Amino acid sequence: MKFFGTLFLINFAMGVVTGIVQEFHFGMNWSEYSRFMGDIFGAPLALEALTAFFLESTFLGIWVFGWDKLSPKLHCACIWIVAIGSNLSAFWILVANSFMQHPVGFVINNGRAEMTDFPALVTNPYVIGEFSHTLFSGIATAGFLVLAVCAWKILHDEASRHAFTQVLKAGTLFTFIGIIGVMGSGHLHAQYLAQANPMKLSSMEALWENADPAPFAVFANIDQEKHQNTSEFLIPNAFSFMLYNKPTGEVKGINTLQQEESKMYGPGEYRPDVTGLFWSFRIMLAAGGLMMLAVLIAGFLAWTDRPLAIPSFLHVLPWLLPLPFIANSVGWFIAEAGRQPWIVVGLQRTADAVSPNLTSTDVWLTMIGFTVIYLLLAIAALYIAVRFIRHTSVRSEEGSDI
Amino acid sequence: MDLQIIWFILITVLFTGFFFLEGFDYGVGTLLPFLTPHDKERSQIIRTIAPVWDGNEVWMITAGGALFAAFPHVYATMFSTFYLALFLMLVALILRGVAFELRSRDESPCWRHFWEGAICFGSAVPAILWGIAVTDLLRGLPINEHMIYQGGFLDLLSPYSIFGGLTFLFVFAFHGAAFLTQRLQSYGLMLQARKAAIRCGAMAIICYLVCLILTMIQTDLFHSPLAAVLLLGAGVLFILAYLRLFQLHFRQSFVLSSLTIVCTTVAFFSGLFPRLMVSSLNPAWSLTITNASSTPYTLSIMTVAALCLVPVVLIYQIWTYWIFRKRVGSEDTEYH
Repeated sequence: MKFFGTLFLINFAMGVVTGIVQEFHFGMNWSEYSRFMGDIFGAPLALEALTAFFLESTFLGIWVFGWDKLSPKLHCACIWIVAIGSNLSAFWILVANSFMQHPVGFVINNGRAEMTDFPALVTNPYVIGEFSHTLFSGIATAGFLVLAVCAWKILHDEASRHAFTQVLKAGTLFTFIGIIGVMGSGHLHAQYLAQANPMKLSSMEALWENADPAPFAVFANIDQEKHQNTSEFLIPNAFSFMLYNKPTGEVKGINTLQQEESKMYGPGEYRPDVTGLFWSFRIMLAAGGLMMLAVLIAGFLAWTDRPLAIPSFLHVLPWLLPLPFIANSVGWFIAEAGRQPWIVVGLQRTADAVSPNLTSTDVWLTMIGFTVIYLLLAIAALYIAVRFIRHTSVRSEEGSDI
Repeated sequence: MDLQIIWFILITVLFTGFFFLEGFDYGVGTLLPFLTPHDKERSQIIRTIAPVWDGNEVWMITAGGALFAAFPHVYATMFSTFYLALFLMLVALILRGVAFELRSRDESPCWRHFWEGAICFGSAVPAILWGIAVTDLLRGLPINEHMIYQGGFLDLLSPYSIFGGLTFLFVFAFHGAAFLTQRLQSYGLMLQARKAAIRCGAMAIICYLVCLILTMIQTDLFHSPLAAVLLLGAGVLFILAYLRLFQLHFRQSFVLSSLTIVCTTVAFFSGLFPRLMVSSLNPAWSLTITNASSTPYTLSIMTVAALCLVPVVLIYQIWTYWIFRKRVGSEDTEYH
């Protein structure tokens, strides 16, 4: 446990300090949002702190410093509690986020959204898609990190080779399950989006006009000014098939949806950043595909006990480590940019949500400040993690110490 | 009882827990570079709070989350009012959080001193900023009829709030030193902590007195008899804590300094009640438990959740302190 445990701790420290900002910035930057949404949004956030943050932080402390103070079983239970806490945390914050994407269980009263049905908030169908997709992508990301580290150790550290080949076996299985889960949940969530948020979905496809059957665009030259694509490479029927499991079926175009929303909410621009969404979606798919390919090769090598059969692959694998992080980031970009111009779909516009007492200097200052400090800390953490991986050998007799 | 009153009390409890627990965390962190130049001894000092600081910090995060859930307008107004102050505090807490982890990962003195500095900075700055925030909240801030703050960062600073910040810094430093006397094995280090506590305590008493006088002049806290008694009582308790430390009665000193912090926090909230943020422009524009709260539905759900979960959290946090009850000695310098 200790080898990856150390990497986990370095990473966890970075996670904790990014989490603190999350809890404060709604009030700092988005005070009008907090007023409008507080009755609904505050509850899952407070529950996240009460049920998840306390669990994670307290039991991680016990795990790190309690090796000789607890029985091995109890000690091991502590890290499981940390893992459960982390997933609970993801659940609550995604309950909150899902309301922004797809509001349920509320009324508009006294100029704000008021909660009327807490169980509906928690069982929002949007939560199922977001939570499963996030959960599996977490598994895939962690698994892929393990693969990259194993590849490097197998190649460069003869003493640790045997131990890390064993880890590679488990790691490929774990990552494989993760990626399959990501793909499956993503697929089902997209089908759900077709009903819940068609504007986001059609923007991800740069589908401007209604189509039946709808094609899948592999590539498109998008003209956002004229609301059309100047050139595109299409796979016929594919998009309809992805959404409806049959080769036909109508998908509404962005321009039609724009007209519909203008009727519902009054004149305005309801089209999100189509170019950004279209390419983010493709980057996400490509990153996922490459990861799947890498896992299959790595799995084949590990499970046939020939880890060094293709040395060039092991050389490449560590450099693929950014892939899951890229996929996660563009994935979140799709989720958040895809609901623009809304901060809460249909209820509040992003422009109306900001804190009115702030100047743009204030916002720039904190934006640049946080970026710089996170960048510097990321470099420091990466430096420590890489050095640790290089200089820590694990022999197979102590296999359990990995 | 009214749900809004229950939530006012719960917020008070969360902030009290936060100032009590993070109080000694911040204090230990602030004093770290000044107690000893030896690397091994500094590791022991860090080790006294290393297993618990993160859990303690969650008290603050939960207090913020609870404000959001129960009094969203307070959350919105307060956090946007203290925008740059909170930014500074977050930077400090970010540095402090990673410093505990990264410091132990390299032996070189340069690396270690840098992160020890980060722990000191990351502990002292939030302590000062909370002091500034608390005094500002008591005195009132220019909040208009739409609950929006009308000032800038510099309007948060006044002689009163600066003395408030210094009081928090020195009281927490004293509290941290008293905590160290309970957690360290080395008598030499305990005496070092005592020496620091004597100095910080003296500064704290002076600042506390100035703050007390300014509180009488600039705020209406003394209109509430309970708040007045608690605030004066806290002063007396702190002087007793100081004397007991001087006489080497360390345990009593720590208990007394803990009580000081509890009494001060409760005094602050009972002085504010039923307001949570005071408008200096017009008393009618203040944010209160009625005009700033969530709906009864949300409050009732959160009440059930809080009444079930807070005791559980308390039980396992107390259990943690019990696991790590043994004093930290020289064999505990290794981080993991």
